[in-house]
Amino acid sequence: MTLQNFINDALSPWLNTEGIDNDIVLSSRIRLARNFEQVPFPTSGDTAAMEKVLQFIDQEFNQQTFQDFKQFQLVKMSDLKPIEKRGLVEKHLISPNLAENEQTGAVLISKNEQASVMVNEEDHLRIQLYFPGFELTKALEKAEQLDDWFENRTRYAFDEKRGYLTSCPTNVGTGLRASVMMHLPALSMTNQMNNLIPEINKLGLVVRGIYGEGSEALGQLYQVSNQMTLGKSEEDIVEDLKSVVKQVIESERRAREWIMEQLGIQLEDRIFRSYGILANSRVIQSKEAAKCLSDVRLGIDMGMIKNVPKTILNELMVLTQPAFLQQYAKKQLAPNERDVFRANLIRERLQLEH
Amino acid sequence: MKCQRCHENEATIHYTQVINSEKTEVHLCEQCAEQEGYMNFNEDHFSIHQMLTNMFPFDQTMNHQQKVQTQESLRCDRCGTTYQEFRQRGKFGCSKCYQAFESYLDPIFKRVHGGNTNHVGKIPKRIGGNLHKQRELDQLQGKLNQLVRDEAFEEAAQVRDQIRKLKEEINQDKGGEA
Ligand SMILES: [Zn+2]
Ligand SMILES: [Zn+2]
Repeated sequence: MTLQNFINDALSPWLNTEGIDNDIVLSSRIRLARNFEQVPFPTSGDTAAMEKVLQFIDQEFNQQTFQDFKQFQLVKMSDLKPIEKRGLVEKHLISPNLAENEQTGAVLISKNEQASVMVNEEDHLRIQLYFPGFELTKALEKAEQLDDWFENRTRYAFDEKRGYLTSCPTNVGTGLRASVMMHLPALSMTNQMNNLIPEINKLGLVVRGIYGEGSEALGQLYQVSNQMTLGKSEEDIVEDLKSVVKQVIESERRAREWIMEQLGIQLEDRIFRSYGILANSRVIQSKEAAKCLSDVRLGIDMGMIKNVPKTILNELMVLTQPAFLQQYAKKQLAPNERDVFRANLIRERLQLEH
Repeated sequence: MKCQRCHENEATIHYTQVINSEKTEVHLCEQCAEQEGYMNFNEDHFSIHQMLTNMFPFDQTMNHQQKVQTQESLRCDRCGTTYQEFRQRGKFGCSKCYQAFESYLDPIFKRVHGGNTNHVGKIPKRIGGNLHKQRELDQLQGKLNQLVRDEAFEEAAQVRDQIRKLKEEINQDKGGEA
């Protein structure tokens, strides 16, 4: 298989479409947690109940078409090899927790991989929707429609006082987790993240480094999401998140202007050195790769690097993780072998652009 | 807590896995989690233990006897989850657990959801026929109060008519169910 074919296979098609404010917000996600009435939650460990849920979803929703999401395909964990499951985790289509539920875990995935519905994760259903760029309102609207599609054929566990009942108290009420993935290299370079994160936390939002915790995020990628799910409407939750994200976008833009003014040629040097490392290294660890990819992406957004697509950061952050590297290598790789394959893959990927 | 894979670093990634209805808690450091391919932005499984200590603030104020009584008497009669298990894992076993542990839930929800205890968002269409109307009624009452304050009496009269109609509908629905 050529690298291009491998990439096309390995990446979700929606990743390559451009979205609003996507120099900073790489993607938006909406997740709804839902359970069926009268059926114990997966957390109860009732395997018979989970099997029933899986059967029901298989009968009612497998191969069904919903709007422009086209056909949904049910993928059972029991049918997958460990490396395939890990690939789905790295694409964020399933959670590690679902991958562990080998007997009754499954996921409905839409053809374009924009929508995925986890079955028998911690809740019976976890409806997830991704949009490229800063598109929370649209994502919420679509997620609600998808939710209605499920609701039409079943009865959800719902309480007038508490709302949608979930296995974890942190999800009760709306069951809604809205989040954006942000690339914040200039705020990180100017050491502003350490002050910014507690400020955002005070507003009831959670910030975390996507491939690490706290302010030391790999690739300067941060996820911002709502914490509260109860006592606020879905629209208010999303609006409140949006207003904070807008402010972070503004701060990042100002910080980018500032580093451009202050650092000038030094910044350009850093960006092109990172490009040089990615284009030439023979051995590279994930941490260094992430740092260089972040620099290159910043260089693209600031107009310094041309003829490399913007999506290179998200794309290679996914492709250089263990499962994809091993799929690409077609064999198990020890950590130091992975570093060699990672360097190869990145070099070849950059060569595709010339 | 140490990472269960390398036994060296502090474990920062925590989650529960279910295999053949056997629940196991997994505790890994960041490096090992990355090696295992578990590094992901899965917000629900991060720092669960930290969450739990935040979630049950009132337990510290209970005396020993109260605690023992709670442990023995509270159990969900549908799924069998005891209050003690709920407290340890921080997870309900089924929707009926919400009723079984009802008297303990407000402080937990307040702590997790910024002081809120009641849902104000979406209502399933099939379940909430009357609830939708009740919500609408609440909104109209608020509007009426505002109009009266603003001395917009003509509009207020219209809203009052709407409210009367809605109340009749709600009463009819209730009669129909009984
Ligand atoms: Zn470790
Ligand atoms: Zn229960």
